[in-house]
Amino acid sequence: MASIPRSSRRPAPPAVRLSLSDPFVRSIVYQILVVGGVALIIWYLVSNTMTNMEARKIASGFDFLNREAGFAISEHSIDYSPADTYFRALVVGVLNTLLIAVLGIVLATILGTVIGIGRLAKNWLIAKVCSVYVEVMRNLPLAVQLFFWYAMIIENLPGPRQAISPLPGVFLSSRGIMVPVPGDDPAYGWMLIACLIGVVATLLISRWARARQAATGQQFPMMRAAAGLILGLPLLAWLAGGAPTTLDWPELRGFNFQGGGSMSPEFAALLLGLVTYTAAFIAEIVRSGILAVSHGQTEAASALGLRRSLNLRLVVLPQALRVIIPPMISQYLNITKNSSLAVLIGYPDIVSIANTALNQTGQAIEGIAIIMLVYLTVSLSIAVFGNWYNKRLALVER
Amino acid sequence: MKHLGRIAATAAIALGALAGTAQAQQSTVDAVKAKGFVQCGVNTGLAGFSAPDSQGVWKGLDVDMCRGVAAAVFGDASKVRYTGLTAQQRFTALQSGEVDILARNTTWTLQRDTSLGLDFVAVNFYDGQGFMVKNSLNVKSAKELNGATVCVQPGTTTELNLADYFRANRMQFKPVVIEKMEEVVAAYLAGRCDAYTTDMSGLASTRSAQGANASQHLILPDVISKEPLGPAVRHGDNKWADIVRWTFNVMVEAEEMGLTSANIDSKMNDPNPGIQRLVGKTGDMGKQLGLENNWSYNIIKQVGNYGESYERNIKPIGLERGVNELWSKGGIMYAPPVR
Ligand SMILES: N[C@@H](CCC(=O)N[C@@H](CS)C(=O)NCC(=O)O)C(=O)O
Repeated sequence: MASIPRSSRRPAPPAVRLSLSDPFVRSIVYQILVVGGVALIIWYLVSNTMTNMEARKIASGFDFLNREAGFAISEHSIDYSPADTYFRALVVGVLNTLLIAVLGIVLATILGTVIGIGRLAKNWLIAKVCSVYVEVMRNLPLAVQLFFWYAMIIENLPGPRQAISPLPGVFLSSRGIMVPVPGDDPAYGWMLIACLIGVVATLLISRWARARQAATGQQFPMMRAAAGLILGLPLLAWLAGGAPTTLDWPELRGFNFQGGGSMSPEFAALLLGLVTYTAAFIAEIVRSGILAVSHGQTEAASALGLRRSLNLRLVVLPQALRVIIPPMISQYLNITKNSSLAVLIGYPDIVSIANTALNQTGQAIEGIAIIMLVYLTVSLSIAVFGNWYNKRLALVER
Repeated sequence: MKHLGRIAATAAIALGALAGTAQAQQSTVDAVKAKGFVQCGVNTGLAGFSAPDSQGVWKGLDVDMCRGVAAAVFGDASKVRYTGLTAQQRFTALQSGEVDILARNTTWTLQRDTSLGLDFVAVNFYDGQGFMVKNSLNVKSAKELNGATVCVQPGTTTELNLADYFRANRMQFKPVVIEKMEEVVAAYLAGRCDAYTTDMSGLASTRSAQGANASQHLILPDVISKEPLGPAVRHGDNKWADIVRWTFNVMVEAEEMGLTSANIDSKMNDPNPGIQRLVGKTGDMGKQLGLENNWSYNIIKQVGNYGESYERNIKPIGLERGVNELWSKGGIMYAPPVR
């Protein structure tokens, strides 16, 4: 049946009659009307707002972006000082949002998967603990959880002068967690590059190994090769760089710790809150995804003699992923959007910074527009990527 | 298809409804008279300026500003409804018409006066920004705060002055910026910050709210900015701006003349022509503002003069009159002639 060319099956196009009783003409007319109507409303709202703002002498436009911001931001992944522009301040906010979203997505996925599989465990205790976790976390509002974590951190940890030091160079205080970080040495840069090369090489080799296995049936010890490349190459680079051991230690100077790396209580509380909350939802998604794979599949796989781990990796997970990916994408979107609750506990995300900017300049509409644009861009990017990945995984129907 | 048709029809109706809202701006005073009360934007809770008491009745210097306007417009100081606003919400609330007056310890600055679509009409409290630290920190001056972590509320002049001050003195600091007052104070108390910064009045209010623990906190002597706090109205509404401005001036003038809520009835027949005008016996000041002629009597009788309001609200949080004393007594509180 596949041999019949498609075009020959379609009925000849009807002669175009310009009448409203023609469904084709009608649908076009209605669509034009709707789009026109929406455009009119938008135009009306915009022009009305502009006139009112003009009448009340409320400043408008985006000129303020080039003005000096004048306020300080506690956490910034690029250089920032109050002498920088509003634009730069907003970029700092966007980067802070992205940082928390990316870390949150990675960690929530790991924790959620572990708990989701845990709920299916044969061990009664593990299964129960995981169920209780899911029920508790899912049913408490995220804002409450954020306040809880933030209060836990700042109320329970001592001030910087009495900081707890569980390991040499590691300090826990109400100012956050301070850790020693690798100091200034070119070798560390080389290690990073070596690591990247290792990852790329691993990807290429695994491709080749799969092709070879498909063609000849010969297996390749992929795990060992990957470990060797990803860990071994940086090690070699480190040795070649003279095996430097310089570390940048945090130390108490004046009011606070200087040097080293640090994670602020605001960041920690937000990350903890987002990860533990979202992991509960992800756990349910993972669980339902695994349960959705029919039992016959696992049985058939074991009948073929596949080990339990191979069974999971080659039979169950690929099928479960098809069910898991779409709801997972919406959880990733949720993490990103929920990160805006950062304002509650003072983490400088884009909403917090745009709010401050719109307040200092009085340009509320522009500020809100910027926030919407940022979230829309980030969310759409996640959705587009997710859909692409989903398509790749989807059953190829023949 | 039917569906689309319905959407289009709905859109057209919505459009028509929206078009109806584009009409000439009327003065706030007419709207206020029509609805029967003044909607006043105040602080969500800052003892001395505006905070509900144990019975839920709003009290404070800013609250008295609103009550004075209600007394002037309606002859009844209780015809006020309050909207608690955070620093970030306040300007949009006034711009959008959600409130008629913004009396929320708000600093008068050029930028706010010119580009936020509002007009400041008076200064009811001359303030300045300071720092509060715990005694245990052993700091005696703001100049010693290099490297400190400082708690601050966003969307305030405080936030900007803080950055300016450390820049000007070539010192470093880390801000912890939290919008809600209770949360930012809680963070300071928990030791998240070395110092808490805001207007001196706000510091005094927060410190006195600590009760028995108040003595563990020290307000540093350095005043790093000028913070003239005052009521604001929407830009361009001169009629309403005049009413609010002269309501405040009456309260100051009454104090200068020694008129209080307690003695005004006995001064009704005082021969002093200034007093005669202020109690509404002579002149037509009320008419010039578009109000009843006993508008000023009602303000003084029901709310009291500025000194009374200060005594009642600000003294309890431990702030002396200082610069807010009358000009004739060494302060800078000065009202243009009410005549
Ligand atoms: N006067 C400054 C600061 C006003 C301000 O927001 N002060 C704080 C501390 S006194 C406050 O009122 N917080 C109470 C709240 O946000 O509920 C300004 O106008 O920007």
